[in-house]
Amino acid sequence: MARKRLLLGDEAIALGALHAGLSGVYAYPGTPSTEITEFIQADPLAKERKVHSRWCTNEKTAMEAALGMSFMGKRALVCMKHVGLNVCADPFVNSGITGVNGGVVVLVADDPSMHSSQDEQDSRFYGKFAMIPTFEPSSQQEAYDMMAVAFDYSEQQKLPVLMRVVTRMAHSRAAVTIADEPREENELNYNAEASHWVLLPANARKRNVALTSQQAQLETDACNSEYNRYVEGTDKSMGIIASGIAFNYVNECFPQGCPYPILKISQYPLPKALVRRMCDECESVLVVEDGQPFIEDMLRGVMDGNTVVKGRLTGELPRTGELTPDVVKAALGLPSDETYNPCPDVVPRPPALCQGCGHRDVYTALNKVLLDYENPRVFGDIGCYTLGFLPPFHAIHSCVDMGASITMAKGAADAGQWPAVAVIGDSTFTHSGMTGLLDAINENANITVIISDNLTTGMTGGQDSAGTNKFEAICRGLGLSDDHLHVVVPLPKNMEEITRIIKQEIEYNGTSVIIPRRECIQTFQRHLKQKKNKQ
Amino acid sequence: MKSDIILCGVGGQGILSIATVIGEAAMNENLYIKQAEVHGMSQRGGDVQSNLRISSQPINSDLIAKGGADVIISMEPMEALRYLPYLSKQGWIITSSTPFVNIPNYPDMDKINADLDQLQNVIKIDIESMAKENNIPRSANIILLGAAQKALGIEYHKLEDAIRSIFGRKGEAVVEANIKALALGKAMQK
Repeated sequence: MARKRLLLGDEAIALGALHAGLSGVYAYPGTPSTEITEFIQADPLAKERKVHSRWCTNEKTAMEAALGMSFMGKRALVCMKHVGLNVCADPFVNSGITGVNGGVVVLVADDPSMHSSQDEQDSRFYGKFAMIPTFEPSSQQEAYDMMAVAFDYSEQQKLPVLMRVVTRMAHSRAAVTIADEPREENELNYNAEASHWVLLPANARKRNVALTSQQAQLETDACNSEYNRYVEGTDKSMGIIASGIAFNYVNECFPQGCPYPILKISQYPLPKALVRRMCDECESVLVVEDGQPFIEDMLRGVMDGNTVVKGRLTGELPRTGELTPDVVKAALGLPSDETYNPCPDVVPRPPALCQGCGHRDVYTALNKVLLDYENPRVFGDIGCYTLGFLPPFHAIHSCVDMGASITMAKGAADAGQWPAVAVIGDSTFTHSGMTGLLDAINENANITVIISDNLTTGMTGGQDSAGTNKFEAICRGLGLSDDHLHVVVPLPKNMEEITRIIKQEIEYNGTSVIIPRRECIQTFQRHLKQKKNKQ
Repeated sequence: MKSDIILCGVGGQGILSIATVIGEAAMNENLYIKQAEVHGMSQRGGDVQSNLRISSQPINSDLIAKGGADVIISMEPMEALRYLPYLSKQGWIITSSTPFVNIPNYPDMDKINADLDQLQNVIKIDIESMAKENNIPRSANIILLGAAQKALGIEYHKLEDAIRSIFGRKGEAVVEANIKALALGKAMQK
């Protein structure tokens, strides 16, 4: 019997994948995608089937492991936030050339409005770039249902499928009707052809031609897809193209039904025949899409056409930021409800490092030491400790991408900067900091690296960190001498020792690593509670 | 039936457990639900909110439009005012009266209280003290839920049932504490 469950979009995706016969999820935590893997880690069916769900070191290792599982004929899911796709762009793009054996779905959660991110990139561009089919669900139910369709389609077309969601889909709950019987997992097979997978130029050229020729079929399939729908309307003065959850915002504006034709798009390549029909039938077309103007830009092109195209590029919708019912309402020229004005006494309440967090003690110590220097520069990284930029610490001068603290500090030192300090978390260090540290050690760059180790991936909610208990060994293995490798416990009572060591290593002309190590206060409290509940 | 609810507060105050109870009650009544949550960086002591929509008709948007919320349930008085542009002119604010001061420029409480008192439909409750006095220190948020019952348009016993099924696995004492909290809140309704 069909059952209903109240699920986050992320959870619907996870369950959809499991019920589609998933054999492994490969992921690195990243808001808003983290809950997909967490759901699979806790799911009874996944446990019973021993579905792989342990966190990977980064998105690139995740994507490649998924390709390996697919090579052996089984179904694999890769999950990441949008900027994670940059990290695994190499295997991702090449997976279109190799193709797949077992189905592969690459789930990327974009974060328009940058609730927890450093940019607003739209992953649909990557799908087009890699020439692979892209799905964009408009509801939690569709996300669940689509997962089975996406895996089947991946195996039918022998291509990976990109599934793109946004924050408001990933982190919104709705009731989802669940399939009666989960599909069995695929058996191991040896059907993967070496000539497809060995990307020597001679092989890859053939594969590139094959992938390019396949595009017409993918577009025809998108035109016939049950997820791309042309909804008739009586008022042809305007047609609306709405992709993914934008479809919901448009419908929200018309409780009595939309008078304009709507083309709902949830599967790419762009179904051009459906778009042409709308342009032929309607005097103008409004494109409503969450993220960047991906469809709108394709419609507009460079040459003037006969159709008036409106959207983010013409100012009907804001050029940046996520869609809301309010901006869509304004774009449709509908009046707003009467509202209260914003209350002038309300002040911003930015996030902050938790009270009792070890990163606080690290910044207190670092700031104290750096007072003695004229122009110190501290290169930060991605994690809770990025909040060290805010008051009261004002402790970091940069944060660009995962791992950039160490490499930027090195570049600054190469340019002649001293002191050049890098602050990076434990999980970020294993994700993308180790290779940069090897560069620094090989040249004995004059930098001081602080690996602030809280034994977890903190900002995304406390997932296991790949390098826990291995950091000293990793640094030694990369060639760092023990004389310049220190471990301290970041607590106010140890301030004298910590500041002395930081000072000493800044004064040392070469690469040094200091590891302040104390458990994240959030996971500490959680573990304490679990222990208490067990007693 | 339609109820658009904004739940808000400061990261870590437990607004999502209020949402869970309302969601359970709505599921049991076969209502449609959408609930947009905030995860990630802002949970670290920043302002957090959740848009919860329940309706007897299918729901389109995950987000509530400005001027559309029937109720704001807030664990913190200034946070209740942050979402004022989203409140319908007939809407209700149900809020804790205790400020959570983790920023240096927290406004004068007299101002915040005056702003709240200007509005027509406001219930302010010192839920922390009330919970302590009644020996249910961990159920303060459910007092707010009780006070919001009429504004939510969900029958009282349905909320009780939801509390039983959600807190049941934590034992009878936890269930009773929350039932008591719900009743205390109900008595505060206007």
